[in-house]
Amino acid sequence: MKYKDYYEIMGIKRDATQDEIKRAYRKLARKYHPDVSKETDAELRFKEVGEAYEVLKDPEKRVAYDQLGANWKAGQDFQPPPDWDQGFEFHGGGFTGADAAQFSDFFESLYGRGAFTQGFDGRSRREFHAHGEDTHAKVMIDLEDAYQGATRTLTLKHTELGADGRPQMKERTLNVRIPKGICQGQHIRLAKQGGAGIGKGEPGDLYLEVEFRPHSLYHVEGRDVYLNLPVAPWEAALGATVKAPTPTGSVDLKIPANSSAGRRLRFKERGIPGKQPGDFYVVIQIALPPAESEAAKTAYRNFEKALPYNPRKQLGV
Amino acid sequence: MANDEAQSPLTGEVLEEEMELTLVELCRACQVPAERVIEIVAEGVIEPLGRDPAHWRFQGVNVQRIRFVLRMEHDLGVNIAGAALALNLLEELEELHARLRYEDDNNL
Repeated sequence: MKYKDYYEIMGIKRDATQDEIKRAYRKLARKYHPDVSKETDAELRFKEVGEAYEVLKDPEKRVAYDQLGANWKAGQDFQPPPDWDQGFEFHGGGFTGADAAQFSDFFESLYGRGAFTQGFDGRSRREFHAHGEDTHAKVMIDLEDAYQGATRTLTLKHTELGADGRPQMKERTLNVRIPKGICQGQHIRLAKQGGAGIGKGEPGDLYLEVEFRPHSLYHVEGRDVYLNLPVAPWEAALGATVKAPTPTGSVDLKIPANSSAGRRLRFKERGIPGKQPGDFYVVIQIALPPAESEAAKTAYRNFEKALPYNPRKQLGV
Repeated sequence: MANDEAQSPLTGEVLEEEMELTLVELCRACQVPAERVIEIVAEGVIEPLGRDPAHWRFQGVNVQRIRFVLRMEHDLGVNIAGAALALNLLEELEELHARLRYEDDNNL
C-alpha cells in the first residue's frame, strides 16, 4: 500500500485552515468533475480529491492523519503504525455520503470502511412488498463491438442481505448482448436484472452504461469515428492510393494531390451504424522519413535545392 | 437477483433510442423520489410529454439529465438551477464543437 499525501493532492499547505481546504476542494471538484472536465484523468483525480477532502475537512480525521507525520512521501510504501489511532474517536461525522466504496486501500487502512457502508437503507421500501431498486453499472466495449454488435460477459458485485440480516458481498456473471450501433454513454436497460424485490415485489432493472475502451487507432465523437493516417510527403504532395484501416477492415484510400497535414477526408455513413449513421474521417498526418543515413541527408539537401520554400512566410519572418 | 446463471445472452433496450418512461419508472431509474423529479421538471431541465404527472412520459435520455443534476448537486454543491445552467452550457459547447467540425469539413 502506498502512502497518500492528501495535502499535496489538494495543493495546499499542511497548515491550511478549514476554509482554505473547502475552497481548494470546491475548485478542484469543479475542475476534475467527470461530467464537466476535459482532462483525460478527470475521473481518477476527482476520486482522489474527494478522498483527500473526506479526511481533511473532518477535524478528527485530519488530526489523526497529521499525526502520521509529515515525513511520508506520496507513493512511499505504507503500513499504519500499530495503535496509530489510539485515543481518537471517529464519529463518522461529516461523511457526506461520498462514495466510500471508491476510496483507496490507504484510506480504508486508516479509517476503515464499516462505519459508512450504508447496508440496508429503507428508501422506497415502505411496504412489505416492494419493487427492487434499479441499479447502474458500466460495461466496457470495443469500437468494433458498436459496428457489429457483440456479446459481453460481465461480473457484477452487489450486496445482498444474508440470513443473519447483514449485508454480504455477492458476485454474479451476466451475459449481455451489445446491440449494433450503440454509442459511448448510452445505456442498455436489462429488465428485472436490478436489485431484488421485497416480498412479492418485482426485481428492479439494471442499467448498463456503455463505455468504449480507448482504441489504439481511432477516436470517437458521438457516432463519428476518426483515424489519424500518416502519409509520406510525396504521397501528400503528388496524391496516392494508400491502404487505411477502418473498423470494418482495411480499404484503399485516394489521397488527393497537395493535401496538407490536418486535411480531413470524410466517408459518409461509415461511422457507427444507426438510424442516422455516423461518418468516418481520415485525418492526414505527414510523416517525415528520418534523415539518418548519408543517402537520406543527401536526398533532403537535393530536395531543398530543387524546391526553395519558406514555410514561415505567413508569419512575416 | 434473478437469473444468476448466465446462459443465453440477455437482450436489453437502449435507453436513449426508443424508450419512454413513466414518472414511476423514471424515479426508479434515477433512484429519486417523485418530488425531486417534479422539482427538476419545474426548473425546466427535462420536458415531460403529457398533461399531468399521472400521464407524464419521459424520453429515455432524461435519465442521464436527472442523474447529471443529482451528481452536480451532490458533488459540487450546485442547486438545480445551477446544474440546469451547467447542462445548457455543456450542450452549447458540444454544439459549437460539432459546428466547428462541420465548418472545417466544408472549407477544405
